[in-house]
Amino acid sequence: MKNRLLWPVVALVALLMLNVVVTPSFFSVRLQDGHLYGSLIDILRNGAPTLLIALGMTLVIATRGIDLSVGAVAAIAGAVTCTHIASGGNAWVAMGLALALCAVLGLWNGFLVSVLGIQPIIATLVLMTAGRGIAMLITEGQIITVNDDSYRQVGAGFLVLPIAILISLAVLGLVALVTRRTALGLLIESVGVNPSASRLAGVRARTIIWTVYVFAALCAAVAGLMISSNVSAADANNAGLWIEMDAILAVVIGGTSLAGGRYSLTGTLLGALIIQTLTTTVYTIGIAPEITLVFKAIVVIAVCLMQAPVGIRVRVRGKQGVPA
Amino acid sequence: MITPEVTATATAPGRPRGGLVNVPKRFLPVIATFVVFVATFGVGSVRYEGFASGQVMANLFIDNAFLIVLAVGMTFVILTGGIDLSVGSVVALSTMIAASALQAGWPAWLVVVTVLATGSALGLAMGWVIHRFGVQPFIVTLAGMFLARGLCFVISVESVSIKDPAFRELATGSIELPGGVTITYGVVIALVTVLAAVYVLHLTRFGRTVYAVGGSESSARLMGLATTRVKVGVYVISGFCSALGGLLFSLYMLSGYSLHAVGMELDAIAAVVVGGSLLSGGVGFVIGSVVGVLVLGTIQTLISFEGTLSSWWTKIVIGALLLAFIALQRIIVRRT
Repeated sequence: MKNRLLWPVVALVALLMLNVVVTPSFFSVRLQDGHLYGSLIDILRNGAPTLLIALGMTLVIATRGIDLSVGAVAAIAGAVTCTHIASGGNAWVAMGLALALCAVLGLWNGFLVSVLGIQPIIATLVLMTAGRGIAMLITEGQIITVNDDSYRQVGAGFLVLPIAILISLAVLGLVALVTRRTALGLLIESVGVNPSASRLAGVRARTIIWTVYVFAALCAAVAGLMISSNVSAADANNAGLWIEMDAILAVVIGGTSLAGGRYSLTGTLLGALIIQTLTTTVYTIGIAPEITLVFKAIVVIAVCLMQAPVGIRVRVRGKQGVPA
Repeated sequence: MITPEVTATATAPGRPRGGLVNVPKRFLPVIATFVVFVATFGVGSVRYEGFASGQVMANLFIDNAFLIVLAVGMTFVILTGGIDLSVGSVVALSTMIAASALQAGWPAWLVVVTVLATGSALGLAMGWVIHRFGVQPFIVTLAGMFLARGLCFVISVESVSIKDPAFRELATGSIELPGGVTITYGVVIALVTVLAAVYVLHLTRFGRTVYAVGGSESSARLMGLATTRVKVGVYVISGFCSALGGLLFSLYMLSGYSLHAVGMELDAIAAVVVGGSLLSGGVGFVIGSVVGVLVLGTIQTLISFEGTLSSWWTKIVIGALLLAFIALQRIIVRRT
């Protein structure tokens, strides 16, 4: 466990150190009007949607699946909520509607994967392609802006800490409790190692796969609410664009193998923090925004190579003669 | 969409047969794709005047020449069971390199060579990392996607227009076919690429190894086939095709821009899947992918002819079509 998390921790610490060297006040956090402010808090706040989606993704990937549709689902959640609020509905009812619809979308993904047995990457590609179309259908191609105080709290509110990160951390705690304190985590991993063997051993593989896709869709829905409430608008085209890629990267950087069968929630937390810190770092140390993506690509490649099943790590360890 | 049902009645229970009129089963998805293409085009011809003309057909090729080339490269990768998410970004990078190099006064031939070399080199690097370090293709090519897109921004954040006379002539020049139908040089390049791909896949040792690796990599290796060369080679081919597609795209747009071709990798993957290839590898044909591109193109043409339908219906219809083809393949695979 420690071994797997070593490189992500090193990467995160290195990124943070880089920031401190450039801006010595990077770690300072101040309390104002009962809200905490500071660069670290910003990282937490902006990273909340990615973390939440990555949590859902972790469980999906642990069953040897992948969910490409989360970005589209997030856009749909924002579109439904904002359309309902804009037409005079209550914010809570609107959010409930969005969650219910996204749960149905998760059921759909789960149905394709577990009942029809379609490869997850293709099954969720369907919704990834069609989902943005559906979101635009809901908003009729407009960017819908709303003005609702209780809705704004989800993404932009503070309860000492930003509410968004509190939600994400609460979900993280809940998932950790439910999967690591009961046998559920073990069952999920067993489905990931070998679905048919686990079914023969009495594990309800189909139900478990179905559950993780619904959970991933719900996480995406809440993340979509955060994104859209943060700007008080629903943009069907750009909300949550490429967030599925960020989430998958966060999961992989955290040491969860795409081949399924094992997962690390702590790793995902670290991965999501690394992704967000990376983005923030680019701004704070004044790297030109043009090369943000190049920088990101290099860090991702480096972390992935460090963790590669075969490769650099073995040789590095051999040279130094010190087990990492 | 009639094909599978006909097969269902034609097949005696427990005795799987070749299928409809003894067509080998592996051709069924391609035939289904072709039927869908004819059906969508037929719907257009019946509903709209002037749809069923040679020029509309030629325009399908003109507007999708770059996508055909991309789908060809993607087919190679998908046949080995891999995936290449970087193609859209490599297209953008190619347009960017071409436009800015031409602006700097490079001769056109050197620009073409540079772009193709860059695409192939990127593909080689990704293939090497995938093979050497055993990292998932999905992750490596995702990183490649960020890298290529990032390099575009490094070159320039502005759109760079192409004013080179040789490029302009290639872009605007047209070839007249019998019947008064005109096509661009891009279409010719795309069709030559398709022919070359068909030759490589079906008449060379490399091509046969591609199918073998997709069927079962370990068996292929145990048989003594050059799996390493193929596994890395398909990403080089895909990188080359992306660069070539990028050149065609820069001819089509006559500009280089970092935000060109965002999400085009998904179009390419969708075309390959609609064309009847299995993402698990080993099953599929280049021709299927070409027809897949034509189906996507026809849907777009239909929606633009309709006029009252909004653009987002394209996405929903493509999603539904993807679903239909996946379901069809499940039916065929289960019966095998």
